Amino acid sequence: MSIQTLQEGWFKAPVGAERAWIGIAFAWCMVMTVAMPYWHFYGKQNATGESYRVTPIEYTQRVAKFIETYQTGEISGFPIVEPPPGADAYLQAQMWKWTPVLKLKKGQSYRLHISSLDLNHGFSIQPVNMSFQVLPGYDHVLTLTPTSAGEFSIVCNEFCGIGHHLMTGRILVTE
Amino acid sequence: MATTVPGAMPIPSRPVKGNHSPGEVRTCDTTGLPVCITAQKFVKLHAVAAVIFLLIGGVGAILLGLTRWPAVHLLSAEWYYRILTLHGLNMLIFWILNFEIAILYFVPTTLLNTRLYSAGLAWVGFILMTVGALMVDYIIFAGKADVLMTSYVPLLAHPVFYLGIILHAVGALIGVGNYFGTIYIAKRDHTYEGSVPLVVFGATAAAIIAVVTLLHGAVTLIPTWLWSIGLMGPPDPGWYRITWWGLGHMSQQVNVCAMVAVWYLLATLTTGAKPISEAVCRGAFVLYILFINVASAHHILVDPGVGASWKIWNTSYAMYLAVLASMIHGFTVPGSVEVAMRKKGYDQGLFGWLVSAPWSNPGFSGFFLSLVIFGFGGGITGVVLGTQQINIMAHNTLRIPGHFHVTVVGGTTLAFMALTYYVVPLVFRKEFYARGLCRLQTWLFAAGITMVAVGMSFAGSYGVPRRTWDAEHSGATFAVGVDPGAHVMLGLLGVGAIVAFTALFLFIGLVVAAVFFGKSNAGKAMEPWHVERAVPQAARSAHADPDHYVPGTVVLTGVFLACFAVYYFANWKWLADVWWVR
Repeated sequence: MSIQTLQEGWFKAPVGAERAWIGIAFAWCMVMTVAMPYWHFYGKQNATGESYRVTPIEYTQRVAKFIETYQTGEISGFPIVEPPPGADAYLQAQMWKWTPVLKLKKGQSYRLHISSLDLNHGFSIQPVNMSFQVLPGYDHVLTLTPTSAGEFSIVCNEFCGIGHHLMTGRILVTE
Repeated sequence: MATTVPGAMPIPSRPVKGNHSPGEVRTCDTTGLPVCITAQKFVKLHAVAAVIFLLIGGVGAILLGLTRWPAVHLLSAEWYYRILTLHGLNMLIFWILNFEIAILYFVPTTLLNTRLYSAGLAWVGFILMTVGALMVDYIIFAGKADVLMTSYVPLLAHPVFYLGIILHAVGALIGVGNYFGTIYIAKRDHTYEGSVPLVVFGATAAAIIAVVTLLHGAVTLIPTWLWSIGLMGPPDPGWYRITWWGLGHMSQQVNVCAMVAVWYLLATLTTGAKPISEAVCRGAFVLYILFINVASAHHILVDPGVGASWKIWNTSYAMYLAVLASMIHGFTVPGSVEVAMRKKGYDQGLFGWLVSAPWSNPGFSGFFLSLVIFGFGGGITGVVLGTQQINIMAHNTLRIPGHFHVTVVGGTTLAFMALTYYVVPLVFRKEFYARGLCRLQTWLFAAGITMVAVGMSFAGSYGVPRRTWDAEHSGATFAVGVDPGAHVMLGLLGVGAIVAFTALFLFIGLVVAAVFFGKSNAGKAMEPWHVERAVPQAARSAHADPDHYVPGTVVLTGVFLACFAVYYFANWKWLADVWWVR
């Protein structure tokens, strides 16, 4: 009974099916243990958390310089910015907008910096459905390679106040 | 009585005897176990408080469910976030911690035949927990703490919000201290002989994890409170998330541990099951204590500030050893029921024992449904979503609440409801009315919460964010298309919320009616929930090793592992198809 005290001699090693299950479960746990380091080295999707300290003021300056250098147009009052492949790209999160609109090339990789000027935000690319955390004070760098072309949405998926659901943005990916 | 050691003087051994003052103990009329009167009083107080907070959180739940259902979209944005803050804190903290303190007072006093360590401490703990919770609920309704449960800095709430949580946590910590005191005096006064029962062992594991959890709460919320009253600078947003989740996720591990202890308790109460191997069950609880503490990482997997090796090591609970513990319980709990049922003669085929199980007993149906929902739903999704890279497709989407509504609600809350069908007749000594409705309630709740979780999980797979008032993002500068499939799933969430809330409301109604207006059963045994049919001796087949004969459980766990593997590898496949990132 699980509600009775045990007297000496209660300790018995598992036998039969129970013993086999412990072995199988342990083996499965080891499979899962190996899977993550394996994917870290051989997989194409990893959140390595590369990041640097940055103040919101410094960050706005970098974003402004980035826009100034590579702007190619405007949409709904937001600059469209087209960085060359391999370059550093900057995205600024603040209540409740993403600046600027990025225009990227399919199959090219970019060092995409994301940071916030105020609260926590969630950088979520839809409908690809990939999400990364955006924190004030942290310059979070994603080495990102879009593998499909088209018009993608950025949705904020970390609560950031009453206008949270209005915080959307755009990434344009060309062939 | 004296023990003789060969070649030594006889050592007198003390007889086992309760340590209660006269009149401070009664014998349970049903189980024959000793019940400490003081502990019983505090069990009642915490149980009543728990149910009140469950009701507040439940009303919040239905409002939220009807808001996330786009066809209804009930609340305004402001009230959606306000009620979401309320729902999280009342359900995950106030309801569950109160019920757990009730368990921590009941289990050692009854099973170890001891008095409660200190009535004074129990009062202080109860008052702090209640005052803290009321402060939090008040300031939320006053509209000064629309920060959600996590209150990620630099979001700022009214100081009363943080102080209320701190007081509640300190109260709970005092309750846990009282538990350890009770264990201590039971040992000191020699009120039991041998090793503590498994249920006490499990409760102790939960209590140890609770201490570590609540200390994380202090480390996080005391500086945040000092910041809110202007005595300190703002905490670092990254550090805040790591230590806050030391409270937020680890408190759910306390729930897992307490829930598993309740599974073992209910298996014994409803079918007479006993663990197949005590050593294995206890070993699994030790794995929880050692490895479950690093779960904070599950929320930090796509964060800046920490690297891949930190994420991978911590999210796997150090090589999945806490997952191993859960998989062991997932075998031993149904296995122990199978052994007990087969020994009684319900021995037909693979699943005769399960078909003949006391399903008309809500204590059994609630416990077994909780086991199935937690294992197949919560356990599998939890491990998969917590896989470092797969989390890229899940972080902050509705997949996350889809996971934890089948752990903490379909698992823990349902197990606690099932236990309540014994707590009311045994501790309050009142009988339930409408016993047919009681039998229905656990099934209805299980069905509703499963629908909620399935709806959330699949909507989340379409990318629908959690904690967002409007999944359509209507009015935003850049329109976001929402897949029609996601709408169907959000509708399922809404309908499931109605079913689950109905069952929750029914539960509270049945408990209130029983506690306040029920027929007293003092002086006689409780009315049994089920009557066991006698099985003729001839029908009992003899197995070579009846204590370990569990073919049905072997099949069930085999199916479980197959589901686990399919879902796990399917998610890796989906991940391989998204954009490359490093």
